[in-house]
Amino acid sequence: MAGKLLVSATINGEAVEFLCEPQQSLLTCLRDILGLTGAKEGCNDGNCGACGVLLNGRLVNSCLVLAAEVEGCDIVTVEGLASWQGLHPLQEAFIAEGALQCGYCTPGMLIASKALLDRNPNPTEQEIRSWLAGNLCRCTGYDKIVRAVQAAAQHLESSRRIERVAEKG
Amino acid sequence: MKPFAYVAPASVDEAVALLAEKGERARPLAGGTDLLVQLRRGRFDLDVVVDVKRIPELTRIAYDRAEGLTVGAAVTCAVLGEHPEVRGLYPGLLDAASIIGGAAIQGRATLGGNLGNAAPSGDAIPALIVLGAEAIVAGPDGGRRVPVAGFCTGPGKTVLRRGELVVAFHVPAPHPRSGASYVRFIPRGEMDIAVAGVGAWVALSAGGDTEETSRVEAARIALAAVAPTPLCVESTGAALVGRAPVEVAFEEAAALAREAARPIDDMRGTLAQRRHLVGVLVKRALRKAVRRALGVS
Repeated sequence: MAGKLLVSATINGEAVEFLCEPQQSLLTCLRDILGLTGAKEGCNDGNCGACGVLLNGRLVNSCLVLAAEVEGCDIVTVEGLASWQGLHPLQEAFIAEGALQCGYCTPGMLIASKALLDRNPNPTEQEIRSWLAGNLCRCTGYDKIVRAVQAAAQHLESSRRIERVAEKG
Repeated sequence: MKPFAYVAPASVDEAVALLAEKGERARPLAGGTDLLVQLRRGRFDLDVVVDVKRIPELTRIAYDRAEGLTVGAAVTCAVLGEHPEVRGLYPGLLDAASIIGGAAIQGRATLGGNLGNAAPSGDAIPALIVLGAEAIVAGPDGGRRVPVAGFCTGPGKTVLRRGELVVAFHVPAPHPRSGASYVRFIPRGEMDIAVAGVGAWVALSAGGDTEETSRVEAARIALAAVAPTPLCVESTGAALVGRAPVEVAFEEAAALAREAARPIDDMRGTLAQRRHLVGVLVKRALRKAVRRALGVS
């Protein structure tokens, strides 16, 4: 039987250190040790996406990552989306579009959507639905989630246009 | 999950030594999308999990016009799908790698894991088989190369001996007039395990720039989820040689593949449905592979 491991990582921009058992998942450690309860356990086997986080910029199911594996890695959870400036445009859009009911799938949906818009700023409806196929929702029927992602994409694109104009001075 | 130790060796030799020492009490960990689920369900009882992602040879991708493609066994599907030469030259491989699970799964899942897990339905395996891929294996008695065709010997079983580890895959440089594809049937649009899957590779002889005017020089078909292991169907390849790659030829190939398939009834599909799907998917896979060989898609 092995003892605990010390893991150092960057979570939502902050350097973090914690002890974990080798068999503990990243999801368990985020929730039970680090108090980051945004990521949820829905299935514990990679099927529902409620535990989604960004690991070195990649969308992953944190239930399928051992905490030990994230030594030296960069992690973003739903708690890291908002800033001192306010909620992330995705969060604003989910609220405006009514893209949640019980909210259980929502952290995973937000993180997955951010991962999508980070690499595909103007996705089609089909691309959104395909990308979010690993995020299950029992409440909303998905349509408002898709609309929220589209709205956020538009908002982010407008902001980028404004920034580009401002840079040109 | 029963407790185990976690080790992340920095070299192939270290990993092999550990796997050899521990035998069945150790398994390599790449993406974890199969292994961690299996550990939670008690399929394995391990003393140690050997994380192979810190070993450089397992996470490299290299392409060379003469040598072909060498993909580390622990390269994730997501990373593979972003590699420019893989996208341009091996779209058939990405047909498979891009449909294993969904976006979050592809952020972790690997070809080495898909092969090592040796599910009859492993999507990457038929694609690797028809591309003529070899697994580059390291072990306590030295290294060897194992064709992916024949790597799996039964559900969950492979030819790997104690202490052996798949380090990388080698895929030959593409034949100038060749194309490959992988197509699959599942109930949803994403995420499901294959009910039936078909990998196809076609090489056309020189000359002729339409289906009607070209001729097949060589062809390979491999099937997923319709036998205890991914299944190469030699008879279909042989039947296509020398023929124009048109519908009547595809229909014959489909019939041979249907005969060769050995599906079962299970919760994902019936024997009859699977056999029917093999026929449909073989034709689709061949059409797609041929279009790629002709450079029209």
